[in-house]
Amino acid sequence: MFTRRSAALAAAILLSSPALLGGASAADKPTDPQIAHIAYTAGVIDINAAKQAQKKAKNKDVKAFAEDMLRDHEAVNKQALALVKKLNVTPEDNDTSKALSKQASDKLAEFDKLSGAAFDKAYVANEVAYHKAVNGALETQLIPSAGNAELKSLLQTGLKIFQGHQQHAEHVAAELK
Amino acid sequence: MKPGHLASIALAVVLLSIVVPARAATIQITMENLVVSPAETSAKVGDTIEWINKDVFAHTATAKNGDFDVMLPPKKSATFVLNKAGTVDYYCRYHPNMKATLKVAP
Repeated sequence: MFTRRSAALAAAILLSSPALLGGASAADKPTDPQIAHIAYTAGVIDINAAKQAQKKAKNKDVKAFAEDMLRDHEAVNKQALALVKKLNVTPEDNDTSKALSKQASDKLAEFDKLSGAAFDKAYVANEVAYHKAVNGALETQLIPSAGNAELKSLLQTGLKIFQGHQQHAEHVAAELK
Repeated sequence: MKPGHLASIALAVVLLSIVVPARAATIQITMENLVVSPAETSAKVGDTIEWINKDVFAHTATAKNGDFDVMLPPKKSATFVLNKAGTVDYYCRYHPNMKATLKVAP
């Protein structure tokens, strides 16, 4: 239950970001420095979730999945940092990033109380929901709003990776049942 | 050199070309930005497939039927020699949305 709720919440946070960011009409788009910050934050959140899973997961497929997430998201964020440096853009914190971080730290605290199979299940289910929400935001909002071509292209690569992660997570979730 | 020698060399060359009708080829397939290209590759038994991973992410070339599971670390390539005819669908275990097909002729 909490998984569906958290996915809906993440989607709501991400999709409502024009309103959050601008406090104005839905036509307002996040700026490139804000998009960079949101994308980077989304990556950091999944890295932290993976680190928690590496400590707590019992199932070997779940452990391996967490390792894959850590490796890929670190690689994406490394590219993102190189790009913002190259473009001389300073990622700009914003309400969407803040809401995502707050939600993620609540989730870490919630999962910290779980152990064994209960943790494995909760982590993987949340990974499915989280990647789905991020992919939705990338597709409908972040990619269309990105002004810089290189940033757009990195987000598009990110979308393909995260879609892969979503499928991978769905597969692991199905195996746990 | 005696003419007989030349003839036997010529015969050997002819026979060799019958025994080994075609040289096995190395076929390159790239993985870049999470896309396998070409997505469909035709090859023959004995050919070597060389997957080239141009991404900064690790990938795998994993056959659905279990025939092969090749690891492709970031910016590395790896090979597999085809030993069986048939159509094999393969994918990346880490990013299952990366899919491709090998059509292996006998």
